[in-house]
Amino acid sequence: MAENDISLIVNGTEHELTVEPRTLLVTALREELGYTGANVGCDTARCGACTVRLDGDAIKSCLRFAVQVDGAEVETVEGLGEHGDLTPLQECFQEHHSLQCGFCTPGMLMTADTFLQDAEAPSREEIREAIEGNLCRCTGYHNIVDAIEDTANRLGER
Amino acid sequence: MSGAESEREEPDVEGVFGAGIKRDEDLPLLLGEGTYTDDISLPGMTYLAIKRSDHAHARIVDIDTSEAESKADVVAVYTGDDVEASGVPNTIPTAWDLPGLVQPQYRMLAIDKVRHEGDGVAAVVAETPQAAHEARKRIHVEYEELEAVTDPVTAVERDIPQIHEESDDNIAFDFELGDADAVNESFSAADRTASVTLRQPRLIPNAIEPRAAVADWNDSTQKLRLWMTSQNPHLHRMLLSAGTLGIPENNIRVIAPEVGGGFGSKIYHYPDEAITAWCSMQLGRPVKWRASRSEGYLTDCHGRDHVTDAEIAIDNDGTIQGVRVETHAGLGAHLSQFGTATPSYLYATVLSGQYTIPAIHCRVIGAFTTTTPVDAYRGAGRAEGIYVIERLMDVAARELGMDPTEIRRKNLIPADEFPYESAAALVYDSGEYERAMETALEHVDYETLREQQQTLREEGRYLGIGVANFIESAGLSPSGLAGQLGAQAGGWESSIVRFDSTGSVTVLAGTADQGQGHRTTYAQIAAEELGISVDDVEVVEGDTDRIPQGMGTYGSRSASVGGGSIARGARDVREKARRIAAHQLEASVDDIEFEDGEFYVAGASDRSLHIQAIAHEAYLGHDLPEEMDPGLEATNFYDPENFTYPFGTHVAVVEIDPETGAITIERYVAVDDCGEIINPTIVEGQVHGGIAQGIGAALYEGAAYDEDGHLQTRRMDEYAVPHATYLPDFETDSTVTPSPHNPIGVKGVGESATIAAAPAVVAAVTDALEPFDVDHLDMPVTPETVWRAMEEE
Ligand code: FES
Ligand code: FES
Repeated sequence: MAENDISLIVNGTEHELTVEPRTLLVTALREELGYTGANVGCDTARCGACTVRLDGDAIKSCLRFAVQVDGAEVETVEGLGEHGDLTPLQECFQEHHSLQCGFCTPGMLMTADTFLQDAEAPSREEIREAIEGNLCRCTGYHNIVDAIEDTANRLGER
Repeated sequence: MSGAESEREEPDVEGVFGAGIKRDEDLPLLLGEGTYTDDISLPGMTYLAIKRSDHAHARIVDIDTSEAESKADVVAVYTGDDVEASGVPNTIPTAWDLPGLVQPQYRMLAIDKVRHEGDGVAAVVAETPQAAHEARKRIHVEYEELEAVTDPVTAVERDIPQIHEESDDNIAFDFELGDADAVNESFSAADRTASVTLRQPRLIPNAIEPRAAVADWNDSTQKLRLWMTSQNPHLHRMLLSAGTLGIPENNIRVIAPEVGGGFGSKIYHYPDEAITAWCSMQLGRPVKWRASRSEGYLTDCHGRDHVTDAEIAIDNDGTIQGVRVETHAGLGAHLSQFGTATPSYLYATVLSGQYTIPAIHCRVIGAFTTTTPVDAYRGAGRAEGIYVIERLMDVAARELGMDPTEIRRKNLIPADEFPYESAAALVYDSGEYERAMETALEHVDYETLREQQQTLREEGRYLGIGVANFIESAGLSPSGLAGQLGAQAGGWESSIVRFDSTGSVTVLAGTADQGQGHRTTYAQIAAEELGISVDDVEVVEGDTDRIPQGMGTYGSRSASVGGGSIARGARDVREKARRIAAHQLEASVDDIEFEDGEFYVAGASDRSLHIQAIAHEAYLGHDLPEEMDPGLEATNFYDPENFTYPFGTHVAVVEIDPETGAITIERYVAVDDCGEIINPTIVEGQVHGGIAQGIGAALYEGAAYDEDGHLQTRRMDEYAVPHATYLPDFETDSTVTPSPHNPIGVKGVGESATIAAAPAVVAAVTDALEPFDVDHLDMPVTPETVWRAMEEE
């Protein structure tokens, strides 16, 4: 099968890679570049575990081919915070016990983090709508909504 | 099931035990650094794709693998004959025997027939996942199609196609529990009877992480390493050894890294992980397999699938006299590991619920069908049983014109009657049922809510209040009793508590986490018992080479059985440390007191030694009591005296839109009693997740097959896993009734809320529909179901 040379800037680092036209962005991230934070939970773009930020928008990385995003800037969960310097959202997730198995968490964080960039004081309904495309089977969402609400409050106070 | 004297020690709730501390496991997960099975790559790794049957029931006439084999990057293609010819045992065993059980052989790949859509027929190994998937399409299987049968009632009727040679009536077992004569008498003697016929549909567990395995066989050492999405690595090691692969157990290392949810689905020994290992053994190369979501829908064991006729005999004052239940339980095409235990002992034994019921009889017909195997899914058996008794309580209340809470209150087992022996063969450990129920009712202000319901009805608005009382039989032990009932494995748990010479502690635990937060709760238990900081405790799970023995995580057993083992191990360590302290402080052992990690001579608190300093001394070995071995660690095997019985009351308040049948959950209140609480934050998280799955079952979820046995719900957009917008905020509270049969008084909580939520929500909907004379609606109760029920009136 024909192969294409593309480049991707992931969490600020530029990568050159060669992919087949059918290689999904999530596959390129996980298998070619070793960013295994984004997880694969479905084959129908429903679960949201693979959510990353592409040129500033939260997208499901199983729904794009790598060749389609040649030259794009991608942010994955690995680019959010780091040990000793978590983002407010990551801190709130830990404080509110918003993750159990953690498999949905990378996608959930990317969706919520992107949502919070524009939302000022979202209601719980708005938060639930914002994460509607990210499934979590462990937490029942209550604590995730708490964490996002609390993050919004903390960001609002700044 | 028996009770014995208390071995409980009062925990010091001022300490770390009982504190809602943040989880130790969160940091790597929040940073995307958690390692799940699919994140593992090994040098030279190959990829497996499994060719699956697209028929529900068919004879395999021919499998042509030549085209697939000729494809680029294909390493090998194997069929069921190849596996059989390799001489391995090739049997996926059931782990629970029942009297008269029919047990057909269940192989890694089908040979003669396929018996459900998704049965594996061939395995392709290739250099890339894409090549494996492409080549799989080039395997040509010729089938002779046979008739499908998906319903457990139809399956056992006459003239229905036979699924296994070994069973001419598709019945795997015909199980009975209780006293049929006593029940007959109670029905003749009671003032009235009420009944309900109900269906509990198939549920698909839907852990967000699909099942996966990476196998690495080393030809020169003859050892297998297998990373897999496992709830019980040691059981998997045993079943791979004795059941499928025939390698000595000590040559197999099963590692469960981070596991992305399980809910039962990752307990079982499936053909897929075994064939991954077998392929690696054939090739001498690492092999990775990961299920796609639709593959998971076809192969992860489903839950429930019951059709039940249930009757209750009651007196006019609401006193229950007897309960009679007959259930057809669908088992699917093959007997899975606990597939036989779930609809028999785990189900029939909880039919007494929270109530004093003098006579109970239950018959369960376990039926083979040409569908995905059914096994334990969160709440397994207990969820089905409690659903039946709670529905019966509601229809009985209607029959008598009593308030549903009144009939419940009247029949609750009083707090002073524990240990309570039910007519369904259990001995409940402890309970204060009324306290939990009243707490839940206070939260919703029940009386006012009933008045409000009346007012709203007059305005044409339909509010419904559903109350569900539940018990859970958790822990699945003691081993001896489980064995008498047919279990083919023990119900104990094992751990090692080990100080090192610098004073930190490693706990090696035989359970295996899938998000429950064991690392944190276990550290709390050990820290409490040893008087040290949680930060000084490291918990290791999920690796059979590091942890010598274990049984795993299912049946809400981790905190009670696993935690019980750790507490006992820590106490043994503490006692050895006490003897060292006595020796070095030149006092008698009996005079040594222990507080906050410090051993001191009674009445002379300046003569003291900290347990972490003693650990150092224990490894120096220079100055130990005579005949004492150096080191400070303990291995513990804990086999509980009884199950534990978590309980509680959940209340759902719904409103129904009479125009559309849409159901809105206005409030959801959960009051759980799981005995002593190790970490309230984690308990609450378990309750939240459990409610979500129970509401999912009540309103949204359900696997559907067409008449040819094709699964209709095979994608995430066809099977309604609840989204954030489907669920309300939850209100939780707890009461604490310690279990006297557990070293730390805990009962377990993992499944409770799932057991409670489905009956609470269904009760709320039928309560709202009382003006339409609707007694019962089957799950999932969709707006359409509701709308039709209202229209029929
Ligand atoms: S893996 Fe992309 S949405 Fe599920
Ligand atoms: S925490 Fe397990 S799926 Fe969300």
